[in-house]
Amino acid sequence: MRVARLSAALAALALAGCAPVQSGPATPQGDERSGQLRVWLFDEVNRGAKETVITQAVAEFQGGHPGVTVDVQYIQVQSRAERFKAAFSDRKSAPDVAEFGNTDLAGYVAAGGFADLGTQVAGWADGKDIVPGIQDTAKVDGKTYGIPWYVGVRALYYRTDVFTELGLQPPSTLDELASLARRVRAAKPELLGISVGGKYVYGALPFVWANGGDIAEGKGGKYTGAVGSPAAKAGVAAYTELLRDDICPPAQCAGNGGDASVENFRAGKAAMTIGGDFNRKSIDASAAAGKYAVVPLPGKTPGSIAPAFAGGNLLGVLSGTERRTLATEFVQLLAGKQYQRKMYDAMGNLPTFADVQRQVADADPFLKPFTATLANGTRFVPVTPAWAKIDAQAVLPTMLQEIASGAKDVDTATRTAAEAMDAAFGS
Amino acid sequence: MSTGPAARGQGRTAAAYLAPALLVLGALLVYPVYQLVVISFYDYGQEQVSGGAPLVFLGLGNYTALLASARFWAVLGQTVGFAAVCVLGTLAVGAALAVLATRVRPWARTTLFLAALGAWATPAVAGSTIWLFLFDANLGLVNSVLGLDGFSWTYGKWSAFGLVAAEVVWCSFPFVMITLYAGIRAIPTEVLEAATLDGASAWRTARSVVVPLLRPLLIVVTIQSVIWDFKVFTQVYVMTNGGGIAGRNLVLNVFAYQQAFAASEYGLGAAIGVVTTVVLLVVTVFYLRALKRSGEVL
Repeated sequence: MRVARLSAALAALALAGCAPVQSGPATPQGDERSGQLRVWLFDEVNRGAKETVITQAVAEFQGGHPGVTVDVQYIQVQSRAERFKAAFSDRKSAPDVAEFGNTDLAGYVAAGGFADLGTQVAGWADGKDIVPGIQDTAKVDGKTYGIPWYVGVRALYYRTDVFTELGLQPPSTLDELASLARRVRAAKPELLGISVGGKYVYGALPFVWANGGDIAEGKGGKYTGAVGSPAAKAGVAAYTELLRDDICPPAQCAGNGGDASVENFRAGKAAMTIGGDFNRKSIDASAAAGKYAVVPLPGKTPGSIAPAFAGGNLLGVLSGTERRTLATEFVQLLAGKQYQRKMYDAMGNLPTFADVQRQVADADPFLKPFTATLANGTRFVPVTPAWAKIDAQAVLPTMLQEIASGAKDVDTATRTAAEAMDAAFGS
Repeated sequence: MSTGPAARGQGRTAAAYLAPALLVLGALLVYPVYQLVVISFYDYGQEQVSGGAPLVFLGLGNYTALLASARFWAVLGQTVGFAAVCVLGTLAVGAALAVLATRVRPWARTTLFLAALGAWATPAVAGSTIWLFLFDANLGLVNSVLGLDGFSWTYGKWSAFGLVAAEVVWCSFPFVMITLYAGIRAIPTEVLEAATLDGASAWRTARSVVVPLLRPLLIVVTIQSVIWDFKVFTQVYVMTNGGGIAGRNLVLNVFAYQQAFAASEYGLGAAIGVVTTVVLLVVTVFYLRALKRSGEVL
């Protein structure tokens, strides 16, 4: 009897609609013009340089706004997902302004985390000079949720000493890359022909785009996986051809992401790699220092450039902020031309304004291959919250690794990946 | 059972004594498990948590999606096999060293215990990282001793699983060893003497006297090991870099983290959690029933 009564009580409790907790939707909390403005920025390996610039910006902002203090917290990139999830779930622990990766944007917007800055960017003097392709990385469904603070693109790093010794030229088309890398490794078996990795998605995407494919296609706001299309498959095949024993053996390379791929080049163990402008400082402090040059990753035809992935970080205003005007003004100061230039000088981060980009490239020839890649037009991952899910579920790395390890052929692996993406887009 | 007023009064007193423990258990165990089950019936992602999207009741939707996924079954099978190897390895190594500890001189025993405690006390992340260093393809001590320069232990599916299983055995055998050592020491010497006087061989004594006396302890360490090794996360996550090449070294917990929690699919993650709990309960109940059938009083 007692058991029956107990289970009846439990059933009633379950039916009483004890649904999981939800926090209320983010409503703007008024607009105070004084008090503390809380800012989250990413921690960096060389944070000292970043902090110096930020301290200047904070001093300038506080000088112009009496009664306002700016509290800057540096958060870890690794744990950003947890931090932002917590901030969106509990408004009291959330900052007013935050730096975040542009690939995370769609998920954050779907969670209701960031405020629409469209009118503020449109009415902003500096705003019109932002490179359009880069400004697009801050947009979801046509609305602008952030100002691009800096951009990162990748190009082809190669060892000048090795190429001179073997009498080689950097590749002029993407299809030449594999045979060139094979020749280097045949002549110098201790070197990887080109250091790439099975988890290096942003290194692989240019191959897909250069072949005319894409990872997903959006029609009317609805995405479907397109990585199984013939053009995309050709790109995937061209990239995974590099993950072979005679170029970059899978046992060494299949587990590598971007950092580990560049690390092999830094250690002097690779003749080429795909690296970003942001890798320069670490390579200059490595075994490859002074013995390398950079060219844009070539496209299908001689002289063309493979479309690069427009990575980078944005500055945005959180939707639950109580100091919206102040937060927007701080974002405009920090993401404005003056401070982007200072951030470039301190950190080497590429600015997002066309004119500032030209200035820095004129002053430093090293940047030419990167600004040329930017000028050629960049591409981006699907702007949908599902992308964060696809990323977390490692759909594309799994696909690349399945092909590299021989577990699946290109057809099967790309089909499986497209299905996994469709499942994420559909839910 | 009598239901007189005296018995009822006793029952009430007993309930009063039990209340604090029940309260703590309820708060720390029953409520979270209840929440887990409730969440598993919903499409509950980050959008729903932070109030950006309405809650959708899926009923058993998360479960049917999970059970229909071939990947889930493959991972579940891998997890069971991996846990079985780890449990057997842990018990074998732990029991062998426990017996050894009873037979060696005190200084050797102390050394053995200190080494075992060191392995036990090492945090899982640190232990896994140290093992990775030891087995590094190019710079690792193991490869340079074995002359296997350049061989990657973490690339192949079976070598990666073997390496992780060895690390799991390494960090979990001390518990088994120390528990069984204490158990062997607690066996009265009279019993062993009587067996010797009856002319029993050492093997016969071990089989017919020591093991039956140790059985309650063996049950405890086996169930503990099954639960630990089935739920292993850190070692696999750290040593195979999140599940190995193309996810071929995934076990259930890492799979749940990658597919569900990292991807903000909390509903699906809760469903995986419920399934894990049920599997463990079933394994434990079967194990206890098998023991009961073999005549053991529990």
